[in-house]
This record gives sequence, structure tokens and C-alpha cells, in this order.
Amino acid sequence: MKNSKLFWLMSLVLVLSAFLAACGGGSEEGSETPEKEKEDGTSTEAPAGEPDAVQELNLMEGAEIPSMDSAIAEDSVAFNILNNVNEGLFRLNQENVAEPALAEGEPEISEDGLTYTFKLRDANWSNGTPVTAQDFVFSWQRAIDPATGSPYGPYMMAGTIKNATAISEGKMDKAELGIEATDEKTLVVTLERPVPYFMSLMAFGTFYPQNEAFVTEKGDAYASNSDNLLSNGPFVLTNWDGTGLKWSMEKNAEYWDAETVQLEKINVDVVKEPGTAVNLYTSGEKDRAGLSGEYALQYADNEEVIKELEPTLFYLKFNQERNGEKTPLANENIRRAISLAFNKQDLTDVVLANGSLPANYLVPTEFTFDESGADFREVNGDMNEFNAEEAKKFWATGLEELGETEVTLELLGGDSELAKKMDEYLKSQLEENLEGLTVNLKAVPFNVRLELDEAQDYDIQNSGWGPDYQDPMTFIDLFVTGSSHNLMSYSNPEFDKLIEQAKGELAQDLAGRWDAMAKAEKILIEDDAAIAPIYQRGVMSLQKPYVQGIVSHPFGGDYSYKWAFVSGKE
Amino acid sequence: MARYIGKRLIYMVITLALIATFTFFLMKILPGSPIASASKLSPEQRAVVEARYGLNEPLPVQYFDYMFGLLKGDLGISINQFKGANVTDLILSRMGPSAQIGFQGMILGTIIGVLLGMVAALRQNTWIDYSSTLIAIIGISIPSFVFATLLQYWLGVKLEWFPVALWKDGFMSSVLPSIALAMFPLATAARFIRTEMIEVLSSDYITLAKAKGSSGFEVAFKHAFRNALIPLVTVLGPMAVGILTGSLVVEQVFAIPGIGEQFVKSIMVNDFSIIMGTTIFFSVFLIVVILIVDILYGIIDPRIRLSGGKN
Repeated sequence: MKNSKLFWLMSLVLVLSAFLAACGGGSEEGSETPEKEKEDGTSTEAPAGEPDAVQELNLMEGAEIPSMDSAIAEDSVAFNILNNVNEGLFRLNQENVAEPALAEGEPEISEDGLTYTFKLRDANWSNGTPVTAQDFVFSWQRAIDPATGSPYGPYMMAGTIKNATAISEGKMDKAELGIEATDEKTLVVTLERPVPYFMSLMAFGTFYPQNEAFVTEKGDAYASNSDNLLSNGPFVLTNWDGTGLKWSMEKNAEYWDAETVQLEKINVDVVKEPGTAVNLYTSGEKDRAGLSGEYALQYADNEEVIKELEPTLFYLKFNQERNGEKTPLANENIRRAISLAFNKQDLTDVVLANGSLPANYLVPTEFTFDESGADFREVNGDMNEFNAEEAKKFWATGLEELGETEVTLELLGGDSELAKKMDEYLKSQLEENLEGLTVNLKAVPFNVRLELDEAQDYDIQNSGWGPDYQDPMTFIDLFVTGSSHNLMSYSNPEFDKLIEQAKGELAQDLAGRWDAMAKAEKILIEDDAAIAPIYQRGVMSLQKPYVQGIVSHPFGGDYSYKWAFVSGKE
Repeated sequence: MARYIGKRLIYMVITLALIATFTFFLMKILPGSPIASASKLSPEQRAVVEARYGLNEPLPVQYFDYMFGLLKGDLGISINQFKGANVTDLILSRMGPSAQIGFQGMILGTIIGVLLGMVAALRQNTWIDYSSTLIAIIGISIPSFVFATLLQYWLGVKLEWFPVALWKDGFMSSVLPSIALAMFPLATAARFIRTEMIEVLSSDYITLAKAKGSSGFEVAFKHAFRNALIPLVTVLGPMAVGILTGSLVVEQVFAIPGIGEQFVKSIMVNDFSIIMGTTIFFSVFLIVVILIVDILYGIIDPRIRLSGGKN
């Protein structure tokens, strides 16, 4: 079972919280107990699980909502709200497994894995009209239609849903998209190729339905504020004026599973300054606050801190060809030397100190599991761990092969405080362990980095990637020859072939496919040292002890409040 | 006077057109794309998204389209921060809070600053003078980020006198940000008024006024203060624009839905129409204030003639 590990973790958390509760109670007699801690002590003593009479949460976001139109959304704030006010065929459950939501049970899948037939359950929009199969057809076609200008529509559908690529490039009519409503409650989806992770895609915002009559009636005003929106999920968005710094989510009485939803209201304010967020949390106005940078260090030992591991991976990209000329990084030994030459443990413990893990892999841990529930990471284990001695040997060989004694490389990175600090650290590690290496740092804003990446105008780049669907492929296929994310002239026919097989002939052979992806990852990191993984991001937050059941997700919307409740606040 | 103002208005329009032109082309040189998920799209797909916002047209066409829209008062729509939202509406909705805390901060800072400066000048080289100078130096040198954070922590979190942040308790929410914004005008006003007052107080007509038996109060306010105001008005005008149009730092620390923060953010993410909209808005504001300041000169000191003696 995929869930076994999580169940085990959950029970561990329960046992631990019982301990914490006891400790909290005990600390009341402690010498230095300010009033705040006492309150917390008593609140954890209250039996968790008994919901309070008032079910209201006060949360914060770090940015405004750019758009609530599921076809247009492309940022984490919008996807997070969409996940809570809308719903697709499937939804990620508390164990992060996609389970049927608007679909009534599992779909019927054709022999060749290309045709999915979904039966829809009886569900309503927040204005009382039923959610129909046509609503899906409408929204999918809208998302792929070039006239809509959707960024995620083409990204998620091209190469997956039949004819999506051609439609997105304006070469075919949107009616040709592989989705059809055979009746009010039956939806038939045709794929371009078998997609083993298709169910988890169905939980992603871009694939949510939209009410055609409503969208057409509102025209350009659709989704421009909370009055011009319809929900079919656990909550309804309210009090959002379209550009403001606040909004609410209120329980949706029309939601088919409304009896599961306990929260009556969530009040959200946009707070961009991390220090302000912590102050609002401390003063009791907010129930949860993200901790970044120095705040993570400062609150690391606070008992209200929760740590979550994100499936976002950061790695060094080695550009092998810049301005048409080979860089020193075209040499395998040079690449391998660099990838072995920095201490990742110190980086995550001391420099980042936010719950991140050193990564000796590309596909994140606790992200994807095989049929038996085993983490993908258990297959491949660690690769290219920090080893200064080995690094020096490869470096010497590499220099010899190049016929050089000194090499100067540029390290391109972000311009946030944390990114600069991290790149300083990498520079000092690399220059210390690899004699004759000079690293020049270049810190630029995110969109400038993308532009330099695209022009392949860098030597080494500190880069990151988060998943768009729950499958190792979302990370691994970035590096096939000619991919629009490769952009470092890496090319290995053997690697390409494994990816092709995993996407093609092995698509329905789950074990074989898993194996092919594992081999590809090994080639990429261990054999070719094409990239050097650095760390897997962790996040730390403060959360009041009376907040229960917020579920965090590895992709799509970051959190689900469907199962959350308040217990022991009063 | 009317002719003078009319002439100035024509200059203003020309200035604005030039500002808009320069900003437009400078902005297009900015590295980066306004399409947030550009990295995820194929070149063909990105071209489709760009076409939706008219970014595929040649630059001159984009420029004339924009200027033509501007003539009709259309500032365009946001590309990535608030997809499809009308920039005029955005500026109008964000202007209120910025203007309110800016106005309060300005008034508070100027009044206290002027008083401090006057007292310091009248009691030159006493402890009152020294402490007033000290306050002015602190006000100038502490970054508003530090000051705003300290105010929030002590008066908000610790003493609980005012809301910690957020824009929801009406006037009470505006107190701390206003104080944070008041420090700079306070310090500036105090310094200028003190220097000018000292100079004015030693001039002949003050001696004459004293000799004629005017009271100290009358001398200070009726004769000295008015003349000391001129340099202050010169700096306060542009400073008022800066403060009324919002401060990135103060708005961010107190989580206020203001416009200052939008301006900076839009440049970071290449949201072209918001960059243009806010720049034009600020420019109009600045130009109008400069005109007002020029008119005020004439009122405060009739010796300053606006129309160059032609009339």
C-alpha cells in the first residue's frame, strides 16, 4: 500500500503530540514561562479531535491572486485556492494519493491505455446548477484554445491529450481535442499516448471544469472578482475584489461532500514581509505563518514549528556549450569534480537551516511511490555524495585533459538573500577543494535568469524544479536531448532511449517503466555528472496547536483545507 | 497668472509625453519576459500567449498603440500580476490607502518638524536645540524599514496599542504606518526651518521689528517664520509626491494595499502596462505638485514674480 508509510508517520505524530502535550503541561511550573506558553500548554492538553463550536481559520498568503480562471492560472497562490474552491475528476487525498472526486469511482480504461471513460457523480455548482460532462469539455477546450492565451493549458495537455499540440499552435480546431461528453454524466477522454500518472493530472487545476453558461455570460469579467466566480469544491471564494490583499473562503453548502468539511470560514490576508507574518502570528491574529531565512533559524526550536519537505529540487546545471564554443564543463571529469566538491550537509544545516535535505538525487524523496508503496528513492539511493578527496582526483585528471592549470567559471544564481548566501557558500567550497578554480558569481532576478538560461549564456547555473504531476518523469525528462529545459547541450542517446521507452513501449509496464526511469537518473547523475543535485527544499511554518488537519500536497495546490478543523482554541 | 498657468499646462503635456516615451522604450529593454511561466512553454506556445497581449507586434506599433490608448485615458490591462485587470482601476483602488497614510504622515511630520525647528532656532545652542537636532539626525538616518519594524514590534505586538499590520481597523490601522512615514518629513522640516530661522532672525528687518516693540511671539511667527518657509516648500512639494504615492517598505511591512509596492513589483516581473501606468500616474502627480509649489511661492513671498515681469 502506498499509504502505509504515511499511516506509520501519522501514528508517530500522534504519539509524539501526546508527549508534547505532557511536556507543555509540565512547563507551566518552569521558571521562565511567559503567559503565551502557558496558553499553548493548556491548548495541547485539550483532547485533539473534538472540533470547537467556532470553525474559523485565519491564514496568510505571500502574494495576491493574479487570476482565478483555472485556464489562466499559473502561480501557486491561485492553484492553492482553486484546489480548495473547485474540484476536478480526481482530488489528492490526505495521503496524497489521487482519489475520485467529481468522477464516480475509477474510470474505465481501454486495453491500449488511450481511452478513459469517466462517470460523473451528482454534484452542483455553487449557484445550484449541476456539474455536467460538457463543463469539462468546455473548460479543456478553452484552456487549449490559442485565443485564451493559457500558459498551463498547452503545457499540461500537449503530448498527453489527443491533438492538444496541434490545437495549441493554431493548426487544428479546438473541437478536435480528445475529450467528449457522450451524455450529461459521461466523459470520454482520448490520450496521445498511455499516461500512467493520468489520475494525478486530473487533480490539477487546469483540468477543472468550468460552467459554460456562466463563463460565457460573464465574458471578460469572468473570474475577475469573487462575484464573477462559481465554485464546485469544498469552499466558495468571497470578499475578493480582484486586486486586493484579502479574501475569504466560506464553506460551500452545494458541495457534494459538504458533510466532511468542518471549517465555516477561512480569512486570508496577503502579507509579503516575513517578519510581519511572524508578528501577526505571535499576536494571535493569524493561525499559521511561514518561516523563511533568519526566522527559520530563530524559531527552529519552537514547539509550534512544523517542518514539511517539498518535492522541489535544486541542482547545478553544467553548460557544456556557450556561444557556440565548448566550455570546460564539456569535460566529464571537470563536471564530476565539481559535483563532488561541496558539502551539502553543511549547506542545508547551516546556510539554509529551513528543514531542507541534502540531495544526492534528482527525483525528490517522499514524492512518488510504486505499486507496493516503495519510494522511488529506494530504487536508486544516493549518487555523487560529497567527497573532497575524490573530487580533487577528478579535477586533476580533468585539468590534464584540458591542458590547463587554471579554470574560471561563472555561477549564475538568483538574487534573493538566501540564493546569494548559498552561492557564496558554493563558491567558497568549490574554490577551496578544487585548486586552480575561480568561480565568479552572477546574481540576477528570476526572469533574467530564465532569459540567460534560454540563451544558454552561463557556465554553471543554480537552478530549481518543482513537479507538475506526480511522477518521476516530471523531473527526468527535462534533460533529454533538445528539450526546452536542457539548455546546457547535454546529450546522451542511451538516456534519451530510456526516456523514450518509458514514455512509449513501457508506458503500461509499470515495473519496467520505473526501472527505465531509475536507470536514466543514474546515467544523468552518476555516469555523466550532467547536473549536480544540491538540496531538496524544506519549509518551516509556525502553526497554532489548535489547528488540525491541514493537508499539504506535493504538486498542484499546496494545501487542502477540506479536512481541516479548529480544536481547543477556546 | 492665468496665462502663466496655461503655458505651464502645455509644458506639462509635453513633459508627460516625453516621460511616457522614455519609460516605454527603457521598459522594453528590461531583460526578462512578462509571461510568468515562459520557461514551461514551447516557443510556438509562447508566441501565442504573447500575441494575446500584443507583444508580438513590432516595437513602434506597440508604442503608437499605447500612446493612442493613453490619449483616450486607457492605461491597458495587467499582463501577469492581475491578469486582465484594468490598470486604471488598479491604480485607483490602490491609491486610497497610500494617499491616506502619506497625507497623515506628511501633516504629522511637517507640523512636528516645523515646531521642533522653530524652537531649536529660538533657543539656539541650548539643550532644546541639541535634542531637536538629534531627533532630526535620527529621523534622516534610520531606514524606514527598521523604524517601521520597531514600531510594529513595540507598539503593536508588545504594547498592543495599535494593530500589528493589515488594513482593516480603519484609522487605527493607519496610525503606525503614518508615524513611520512621518519621520522623514519631520527631520527634513526641522533641519530646514532651524537653519532658515536662524538666518532670518539675524536680519535687519527682525531687529527693526523688535525695535518697534513687537513681542517675541509676533516676531517669530509673523516675520521670521513666513520667510523661513520658502526653502521648506521647495523640498516638501516633491517629498509629498514621494510619500503620497506610497512607500514600498512601509506598505510591505504593514501589509497595506497601496500603490508604492505595486510600482516596484511590476518592474521586477515585467508587467509592462502597470509599469507604464504607475510611472505616468507618479509623473502627473509630480508635475502638478511642482506647479502648485511655484504658485505657492508667489503667495508666501510676493517678491517672487512668476511671469518674469512681462505683465
